[in-house]
Amino acid sequence: MKGFWHDAAEFFPILMSGVALTIIVTIGSLLLSTVLGLIWAMMRVSGIKALSMLSASLINVIRGIPIIVLLFYLYFVMPDLGVTLSALQAAILGLGIAYSAYQAENFRAGIEAIDKGQIEAAQSIGMGWWLTMRRVVLPQAVRIVLPPYGNVMIMMLKDSSQASTITVAELALQGKLIASSTFKNTNVFTLVALMYLTMSIPLILLVRHFEKRAGKK
Amino acid sequence: MIELDDVHKSFGKVEVLKGITASVQKGEVVCIVGPSGSGKSTILRCINGLESYDRGEISVEGLKVDRDAPSIVKVRTQVSMVFQRFNLFPHRTVLENVVEGPLFVKKEPRAQVLERGRALLGQVGLAEKADAHPPQLSGGQQQRVAIARALAMQPKAILFDEPTSALDPELVGDVLGVMRKLADDGMTMVVVTHEMGFARDVADRVLFIDGGVIVEQGPAKSVLNQPQHPRTQDFLRRVLHPL
Repeated sequence: MKGFWHDAAEFFPILMSGVALTIIVTIGSLLLSTVLGLIWAMMRVSGIKALSMLSASLINVIRGIPIIVLLFYLYFVMPDLGVTLSALQAAILGLGIAYSAYQAENFRAGIEAIDKGQIEAAQSIGMGWWLTMRRVVLPQAVRIVLPPYGNVMIMMLKDSSQASTITVAELALQGKLIASSTFKNTNVFTLVALMYLTMSIPLILLVRHFEKRAGKK
Repeated sequence: MIELDDVHKSFGKVEVLKGITASVQKGEVVCIVGPSGSGKSTILRCINGLESYDRGEISVEGLKVDRDAPSIVKVRTQVSMVFQRFNLFPHRTVLENVVEGPLFVKKEPRAQVLERGRALLGQVGLAEKADAHPPQLSGGQQQRVAIARALAMQPKAILFDEPTSALDPELVGDVLGVMRKLADDGMTMVVVTHEMGFARDVADRVLFIDGGVIVEQGPAKSVLNQPQHPRTQDFLRRVLHPL
């Protein structure tokens, strides 16, 4: 750990450029996985058999493929099919798709936890499927879904490091580049770990807040 | 205005309705009584399409009840329902619960609906609770909010599914009082209930259901005071003199 603070001051600006990309990848894939997850979950609970089965199989396929393979596929295979993505685009798309499966299962559990009587009450005042979802089911499901959603955010922040495997110069890759050119492995990776931890802690506190709120009726 | 013609309904292999034929006239209060599991609630739930039925036909104001047809929305906006367990929306205030249907389903003007909502809450004795959330209210208060919510739709009829069965005994009276007032005002009501006193005093007609068929029906006082069928006699004896 010799000269840690000196090294930290020197490498911090470069690592911060990695942090920026880490945040972009995390937020981008979080948004994408949320939208896709909602779509899969809605298909799943739509009551239309074909949609529900399609969604169930999609979720299983996505769950069954490692994130890193999904990333390689998007970045290295898609160009052969005529679709060229930048590394950043492929990273956001890959992580977004991979996590949409977990998001979908989480959302579905939240929706199915809502009392059947709520849905019947909505129907009895003439609400259709979508209005029932929007006005009655989803607002109540959000409370249930938020704590696990926060955990997914933390996992996505950390898994954004997998984007390094397809050349996205986020925090982990920047750290690796500095380490291999300076041989200061200990100091560099300690710094990288601390930076991930610093980003995770607010999220961990957020989850705790969500859990407290969900526990309160 | 509500017609049931030879309605059959099965849950899996169990036939719960075995040919129900009945009608409810405008302004009439009909109580449905009978033992648990006799199919009373299922009849109500078929009338507004919360359940499908297998055979026969149900119509409301001449409109066929078909829960898979778009017309079901029209049926449901004409026939409101009050549930045993209230089923108020816990994430909305009392007033928001009441105006939800008129505002978002019938798309009536906001100011007018809010005014009507407050008036209805006054009518059920809960004007001061408009901004409370349902979980903060007692069961009796929640059920009165549910009645206001049903009335806010300006329905032609209201279905009550054992509206007092989930209440503490001392709260039953308030709810029955509100229902009696509605009946006096000429609202068409179909009430599934175990409250024989209410049925006798308020209902125009009583249907006694057992095993998925109407065993006996007629004017409330004659069915409840001089039941003709042995099953009705037996049921009433158990309900009125349980010891």
